[in-house]
Amino acid sequence: MPFNIQKIRNDFPILSRKVNGYPLVYLDNAATSQKPKQVIDSIVDYYSNYNANIHRGVHTLSQEATDAYEASRKKIQTHFNAKEAFEIIFTAGTTHGINLVANGFSGILKKDDEIIVSAMEHHSNIVPWQMLCEKTGAILKVIPMNEEGVLIFSEYEKLLSEKTKLVFVNHISNALGTINPIEKIIKKAHEVGAVVLIDGAQSCSHIKPDLQKLDVDFYVTSAHKMCGPTGVGILYMKEEWGNKLPPYQGGGEMIAEVTFEKTTYATLPHKFEAGTPNICGGIAFGAAIDYLNSIGFEAIEKHENELLKYASEKLLEIEGLKIYGTGPDKTSVVSFNIEGIHPYDIGTIVDKLGIAVRTGHHCAQPIMDFYKIPGTVRASFAFYNTLEEVDALVNAVKKAKMMLS
Amino acid sequence: MTIEAIQEELIDEFSMFEDWMQRYEYMIDLGKSLPLIDENLKTEDKLIKGCQSKVWLNSEMKDGQIIFTADSDAIITKGIIAVLVRVFSNQKPQDILDANTDFIDEIGLKEHLSPTRANGLVSMIKQMKMYALAYQTQLKN
Repeated sequence: MPFNIQKIRNDFPILSRKVNGYPLVYLDNAATSQKPKQVIDSIVDYYSNYNANIHRGVHTLSQEATDAYEASRKKIQTHFNAKEAFEIIFTAGTTHGINLVANGFSGILKKDDEIIVSAMEHHSNIVPWQMLCEKTGAILKVIPMNEEGVLIFSEYEKLLSEKTKLVFVNHISNALGTINPIEKIIKKAHEVGAVVLIDGAQSCSHIKPDLQKLDVDFYVTSAHKMCGPTGVGILYMKEEWGNKLPPYQGGGEMIAEVTFEKTTYATLPHKFEAGTPNICGGIAFGAAIDYLNSIGFEAIEKHENELLKYASEKLLEIEGLKIYGTGPDKTSVVSFNIEGIHPYDIGTIVDKLGIAVRTGHHCAQPIMDFYKIPGTVRASFAFYNTLEEVDALVNAVKKAKMMLS
Repeated sequence: MTIEAIQEELIDEFSMFEDWMQRYEYMIDLGKSLPLIDENLKTEDKLIKGCQSKVWLNSEMKDGQIIFTADSDAIITKGIIAVLVRVFSNQKPQDILDANTDFIDEIGLKEHLSPTRANGLVSMIKQMKMYALAYQTQLKN
């Protein structure tokens, strides 16, 4: 299918609204993406036509809802090329998935075992491991990054040893847009027998990871950054880990047999899906994946790279503007500051001009500490953004600079 | 000048502006004109916890009136706090406690009142009233 930007934009009702009297320019896609009508329709369809609880009713509605939910799991399996559908666990989102794994390892890790994270992690990929270290006596090690916002691979290799039990790295940094070389990271970790979890919250709207090829042990992501609804995501875990890890939460759906003496757990994936899940969310996640694939990831990547290149060039023409995250492999995220101006002030002015960007530390304070800045202005582009919107951003930033200096 | 009179004055000043941009430019000017405070007053305990920009608020009691001084690392935030300092500084604790803050709406800064707004206008007012309450309690004892 040829890449028709106007046709794509027409799929997103929100893109036609105005903000503060200006056409909305939505450049906060790294926080959450907008939703196409195909996804919104799937939500309306579910609640209008076959809303029922799943996996237990014999009645028709329950069967239909169960079929749709499981079909979505299958779709996600195919999309990410997992070996089995039951390796896809539905979660409430990336943070939930990370906590589920961290909790599972609290009974496995021993004192002085080592966990490696990267210097560019989101808080949700730092805090659960710190909590795990406090609980088990394990030690947290950090892969440093360089000025360009790229992980120093040789330092990572030095950190690895037979003590390393777990490695957790994000696929793409939310604050900088850097794409990490996860294939190499996973391979190196496996050489010392360590297990790897990759946080794909920022990547899955830009690239399509092949989980079997990556040979990753755990992979987490959220639907809402991929044009799907909030409150749903997935945790992929290799079958062997699914069997090894204990359940995270107890409740209905996750049991095989319950007596007051002993409960036996259900098999994968239900072992990790206690209680009534976000049925509608799971189904709409499937619709979002269909939508993204109908555009095609090659076309998405090509268009987003064009936006990134154009935005970086145009913004750098502004005197005193500095971009953070300048490595060779990055997605369509431009994190920047203007000398002498607080990012919050820029964000406030450009919002008045209808432009949505993120300002602040982006839940990645260690990165801000590294650059010794309070935060950045972050413009993050999606496939539905246009070059004209980049121009609108650049003009708004120029205006903000004029007003603020 | 009473708090109410100062608020009226501000409403007058802001009513001259035709659009948001002039309003913000004025706020920015107010921010720039806020007297600098001593660096050693910018301590952790004077910090109003906001999400994005830092605001330091200092207070002292002089002749029965509270003197507020403040600073911020973001200029628009500094403009907002300059407005508040103008309204509430050099006032009696009880008057600060009794004052309403409807004027914020009238000078077109209502959007900053939302509790999720990262500049913490709400927290600034709350902190000023907290100081007033503390001094008022001291005065009574």
